Amino acid sequence: MKTGTRAVSQGAAVVVFVAALAVFPLVFTNATVTTFGIDALIFVTVVSAWNFFSGYSGYLSLGHAVFYGTGGYFLVIAARDWNFAGSGVFWLLPLAGLVAAIIAVPVGLVALRVRRHTFVVMTIAFFFIAQLAATNLGVTGGSSGLLPPIPNWAPGTFNNPFYYAALVMGVLAVAASWLIRRSRFGLQLRAIRDDEDRAAGLGVRTMPVKLTALVLSAFFTGMAGGLWVYFIGDAVPQFVFDPLFDLAVVLMAFFGGLGTIAGPVLGALILEPAQQWFALEEANSYGSEILFGLLFLVIILFLPRGVLPTGEEYLTAGRAWLTRRRSGTQSVPAPANVSTQAEGSSR
Amino acid sequence: MASEIGLALATGILGGGVYALMAAGLTLVFGVLDIINVAQGILVVLGAYLSYVLSVHLHIDLLVGLLITVPAMFVIGVVIYWLFIRPLRGAERTSMTLLACFAVALIIEGILYREFGSNYVSLNAWYTTASLHVIDFYLPDIYLIGFGLAIATVIALYLILYQTKFGRAVRATMQNQTAARLVGIDTNRVAALTFGIGTGVTAVGGMVYGAISGGFTPNSGYDLISRLLAIVILAGMGSIGGAMAAAVFMTTVEAFVDIWQPDWSVVVFYLAMVIVLTVRPQGLFGRSAARAQ
Repeated sequence: MKTGTRAVSQGAAVVVFVAALAVFPLVFTNATVTTFGIDALIFVTVVSAWNFFSGYSGYLSLGHAVFYGTGGYFLVIAARDWNFAGSGVFWLLPLAGLVAAIIAVPVGLVALRVRRHTFVVMTIAFFFIAQLAATNLGVTGGSSGLLPPIPNWAPGTFNNPFYYAALVMGVLAVAASWLIRRSRFGLQLRAIRDDEDRAAGLGVRTMPVKLTALVLSAFFTGMAGGLWVYFIGDAVPQFVFDPLFDLAVVLMAFFGGLGTIAGPVLGALILEPAQQWFALEEANSYGSEILFGLLFLVIILFLPRGVLPTGEEYLTAGRAWLTRRRSGTQSVPAPANVSTQAEGSSR
Repeated sequence: MASEIGLALATGILGGGVYALMAAGLTLVFGVLDIINVAQGILVVLGAYLSYVLSVHLHIDLLVGLLITVPAMFVIGVVIYWLFIRPLRGAERTSMTLLACFAVALIIEGILYREFGSNYVSLNAWYTTASLHVIDFYLPDIYLIGFGLAIATVIALYLILYQTKFGRAVRATMQNQTAARLVGIDTNRVAALTFGIGTGVTAVGGMVYGAISGGFTPNSGYDLISRLLAIVILAGMGSIGGAMAAAVFMTTVEAFVDIWQPDWSVVVFYLAMVIVLTVRPQGLFGRSAARAQ
């Protein structure tokens, strides 16, 4: 019964949160602010998708930019060749995700054969192959890149269609993360993270499980990449395939809490606007680069399991301390509202 | 055509020696510490910039300057280890240290941009412009000097590893850290010094790289580290001899492909790695089961 009320209150919190995000661009109409919002929601999608592969399975990917860039380039080329324009381009997003997912199959079949750091290095290698291919192939326009169509929307609300597309994608990605986490499939992924050989011994078909997670993750990442390229209106190899993108995704997941559902959302919503704001303030890119590196080190050294799990530990410790103190002085049992305080802590 | 092939062969092998040196530091650190130092690329660039500062502002010859840059890079390596790597423990240590190294690389890159900007600079001395006439092509002197330096440094590494007491401690730590600690080896000290040595060789590598690459920027670190990782993974993590063989092999193949397809020659690095790992996940010379999980 107690868990039932908690599920209801959690569900209500999620609904309120999504509703707040939905009215956000109606309240804040400033283009700079909505741009921050779009970027943050795109990263909510990517970090959640990265997390339900890497966070759940323990296979850290530093190559998700491959899927992001593939989706981005596909969107531009498809919109050009099939004459899509305006909001019609949004219908190409699932296709962009699909193409990225197809690319993920051979990548996964090769890279998922090795484990731990060799896997990480393999993903880095695939990233550089993709970047080089985009720079040298004719179909991607070489190093000068390609331009997606520019929609002729009203300047005042120009950002809104992008914002709502990003919001829908973000909600879908988080929902997928939640569904996977609750499913047998998610349990198999986490079994692989804890001990792959034992999981295999217990009958988990590890390769199909890992590959499915990677392909699903690539699907959402590719969609996000497509939307991002359409939004910024430019596709050049060094920005579409950006090593900093890979690192930013990992940093956000670590910041929020690796392998949790709410952690990636929190990390993306806090760190991406912060990074954008800092890039605006600081004319030189090296300033944000140094700050980014320092932030990363601080998180790894002091909050290695992320804000949510670490915060939860502090909360538990604090509550235990409070209870002890109360029972010591007044011998009153723990307050009845403990369960509402624990809101979201199991995530 | 014959001269092109001769030049490709010569620069491939000689350039491979330089990559072998940089990769040796990377694979040594991996073997002892189980850490992939993805900052190795930017550390090489940092070493190159140190040589640049010494030669341009203080007019110290590049080779003489190594007497200053090698100890400086050694100290930088020990400090990085002590501050950012040593505190990381626990089950996720390997991935955490990799990310920490990535963060260190970003900070160094940012500082280099701040100090030197994004313009290409190159290292110059009388021996970087002179070249040697070999039958039907000209071989820049710096390739020979760089190769000689690389070989000398790798031999020095071998002597340290196999002829000194410290080297025995390093090898013991490589084989089994717990057992090494049990027989009284201060593994923390060994780890810090190894990281320092692995970084110190980047001073030599950086100087030669800066002189033969024709120009470098703070951004060159990405290109370097991706090649170095491909070499080390192809060879099998932790094998110094294997890293040398793989480095020479890769740069030679790249130099040959470069004759016909200059745009795609770098891809050879990664393709070779991917193909080898598909067949042999532990790399060409890797110890198989020891580091599987």
